[in-house]
Amino acid sequence: MSTDTLSTVEQIMEPTPGQLLRRRIFRHRGLMIGASILALIMLMAVTAPLIAPHHPYQQDLLNRLMRPVWHPEGTWEHPLGTDHLGRDYLTRLIYGAQISLLIGFSVAVISGLIGTALGIVGGYFGGRVDMVVTFIITVRLSMPVVLVALAVVALVGGSLRTVITVLGLLMWNRYAVVIRSSTMMIRSQDYVAAAKAVGSSVLRILLTEIMPNVLNNLVVVATLEMANAILLEAVLSFLGLGIQPPLPSWGLMVSEGKDYIFFEPWLITIPGIALFLLVLSTNLLGDGIHDVTAPESHG
Amino acid sequence: MDDKASLSPLLEVERLSVSILIAAGDLHAVHDISFTVKKGETLCIVGESGCGKSLSALAIMGLLPKRARRTGNRLVFSGTDLLRLSEREMADIRGSRITMIFQEPMTSLNPAYNIGNQLMETLLRHRKVSRSEARDRSIFLLEKTGITAASRRLGQYPHQLSGGLRQRVMIAMALMCEPELIIADEPTTALDVTIQAQILNLLAELQREFHMAMILITHDLGIVARAGDRVEVMYASKIVEAGSVHEIFESPMHPYTQGLLACIPLPGKTRRGEHLGSIPGMVPTLIGEFTGCNFYNRCPYAQKTCATSEPELHALAPDHGYRCILEPDKCRRNAEKVLR
Amino acid sequence: MLVYTIKRILLALLVTLCVSSISFGLLFLSSDPATAIAGEAATDEDIVYIRKLYGFDRPLIVQYVEWVGKALRGDFGKSYYFRMPVSQILADRLPITLKLGTSAVIFAVVLSVPLGVVAAMRPNSWIDRVALFLSIMGQALPSFWFALMLIVLLSIMFPLLPPSGTETWVHFVMPTIVLGYFAMPAIMRLTRAGMMEVMASDYIRTARAKGLLPAKVLIKHALRNAIIPVVSVAAVQFGFMLGGSIVVETIFALHGMGYLAWESINRSDLPTVQAVILVFSIIYVVLTLLADLINAWLDPRIRVA
Repeated sequence: MSTDTLSTVEQIMEPTPGQLLRRRIFRHRGLMIGASILALIMLMAVTAPLIAPHHPYQQDLLNRLMRPVWHPEGTWEHPLGTDHLGRDYLTRLIYGAQISLLIGFSVAVISGLIGTALGIVGGYFGGRVDMVVTFIITVRLSMPVVLVALAVVALVGGSLRTVITVLGLLMWNRYAVVIRSSTMMIRSQDYVAAAKAVGSSVLRILLTEIMPNVLNNLVVVATLEMANAILLEAVLSFLGLGIQPPLPSWGLMVSEGKDYIFFEPWLITIPGIALFLLVLSTNLLGDGIHDVTAPESHG
Repeated sequence: MDDKASLSPLLEVERLSVSILIAAGDLHAVHDISFTVKKGETLCIVGESGCGKSLSALAIMGLLPKRARRTGNRLVFSGTDLLRLSEREMADIRGSRITMIFQEPMTSLNPAYNIGNQLMETLLRHRKVSRSEARDRSIFLLEKTGITAASRRLGQYPHQLSGGLRQRVMIAMALMCEPELIIADEPTTALDVTIQAQILNLLAELQREFHMAMILITHDLGIVARAGDRVEVMYASKIVEAGSVHEIFESPMHPYTQGLLACIPLPGKTRRGEHLGSIPGMVPTLIGEFTGCNFYNRCPYAQKTCATSEPELHALAPDHGYRCILEPDKCRRNAEKVLR
Repeated sequence: MLVYTIKRILLALLVTLCVSSISFGLLFLSSDPATAIAGEAATDEDIVYIRKLYGFDRPLIVQYVEWVGKALRGDFGKSYYFRMPVSQILADRLPITLKLGTSAVIFAVVLSVPLGVVAAMRPNSWIDRVALFLSIMGQALPSFWFALMLIVLLSIMFPLLPPSGTETWVHFVMPTIVLGYFAMPAIMRLTRAGMMEVMASDYIRTARAKGLLPAKVLIKHALRNAIIPVVSVAAVQFGFMLGGSIVVETIFALHGMGYLAWESINRSDLPTVQAVILVFSIIYVVLTLLADLINAWLDPRIRVA
């Protein structure tokens, strides 16, 4: 008959928390798939100048709208064909990854800083401060973001920098909400009370006690917001009010290709699939991190 | 008055088992238990947490969770073998002929509907009555369970009532269709001590008035003493001793039963500073096959063979039986020692 | 309950005020309306003249207060482009967007709630996996691309549905699908999680112990409780759909508010843009308010305190 107490040997042989986490990560199929695809896309973006067969802005009006290589008329010179200005599509696809990833990361960082700061301040201090923070969040939530972003970008002029700035200043909402509730939960924990009792300053408590515990939620929200930012930029560029030509934003490529959907459907299919894969992998990664770091909340 | 002994049993449970499939293997939560319940009597199933008593009740009702499997020879209620019934037929019996009340009154009622709705729906489900008849019956039963201003209560929601009141509502709900058997799973454990006595008295009263049999599941021997006619003592998925309450308290045979009784401090008998009895050790794992006595690792009289062979059944008096390797007179001597 | 409602309404008003002032400020700070009105061929003198004429040289606060005052009376000014009162344009366009949004929400709810319920009843079954798979796919699908793909599939390859216009309900089929699909993953998952949690609760066990039939237990007892958070999410999603309507209406040439927004932004038609932003925010705020109130009403613990 076994008893519940482990012998010392068995206790030593038990895996450490770090090992357990690694195991859980590798076993989570969604996480692994998402991370792999994302890594591939990132690799593609980083090595763009090395692997792209042509230059993204190089026009070749004699070879407009060439078919991709799987078509009977396609050639390996332009494996994914060319667009309406004769630019090689594969090259533009690869360089487009740079833009999407750049926007995704930058916006995630900027809005992350804003939202986290707001959330921690509101969650930690509570009371009147929190009322103000909640009000700010509610106001932002009631704003039709797409509209406001569109309007501002249109009026200021579309460019990479504008898009990043506008989106960064608008997309901090979910960070604030999640971080605020996490902070509130942690604030009432014993170890924070202990730190206070010892006399730690507020800033010190925020940095050393609250931040580390809020971190895993933060990472999950960051990945999801990154996906949202990428999608939102694609929408803006598609509507003509985001990234301007000749930059190879995938959204812009779909917009440029939409006039040719009758006979050259690959012009919109290919960048669309790229967008889909990027957003999918980011979502899978975010969901996976969420599942792995908080298995109790797994639905 | 009631001649319980001469009536045929209302419920016959023969070799009922419940096993749950978990990652580590097959957990035999209830192993081969058998007992009977006669019309109008109160059968107590007593045992510590985790011994399988609640699961036995759920098994009778057919309310086991998905992962659990029920097996048995016979489960005969008033002539019908419940094991052979379809789910629909069982649902027809549940709530009308056999009803159950649970341990946690605070969460056992649906917060979205008022009391009246939840009471009436039981009757409307099983009988062809009008809504106003159902309403009248609800008020009648609420008053029976000691709830004042019953018609006003009908419109109230569960969160507006205290725990004790909610339990009374649960009891009223269980009586809506005049059941023959009511199963009460630790009905007073979650309540204040003062309310406990009231609820127990209420149950006994209602039982007499409506001629119901009751299976009362508890871990509290005090409740057994005041409420039970007969007792089944369960330990780690098996029934180790069974008999009338009088017999069990007067001369417990099984070492576990003796240990349980020794744990109770008795005013007058237990002296200040004296050690209360306790049963050292822990409940064994119920995963996988094990032949032998489950009490083996905690029994003061355990012998080698206890671990490998099923202890034999000793049947004393028509109503008293126990499973142990020890002979009856040895057990009686132990009892005297333990229960000085 | 009454106090709760009043408090929420006051808050809603305050929020709307803030949103309108922010959008007002943003637009005026990021562009020069005088230049927009004057057009491309204007000289500097023309611009100064127009600025004085329209009062753009006054302090921002003054202009804002004046705008709010007029807006409260339903006067949103005149559109620079259409040369009509903006309120009239809004009155024309709003019903289409509301129709689209409503059908999209209904579409999303009617498909995802039952799917979520079934997935919760049979966790880890093939239905559950398919539901989860679809929701993951749905969240990653860019709306504009989905719209174009649908057009290719259902209008070009197999001419089944018209790609643009608003004459009949058939014209609304594809736009409804494109607008609605994005809300489906969230609703499906929420329903699934809610049902799983509710089905494990004690009062469901009581309902079964009373002998109630499975359908009744599922719908009357379980769903009624699980649906509460879903209702407020659905209301909020309706608000988000209004944002998404820009893309959908533009691609399918539906003359609703979204298309109007895009047109006016392109033409720097500030009064219209401001009015559209305001109307959208009001709808958002009203929806959030409604969602809160419905939430509170559905849960007797809040309604009958």
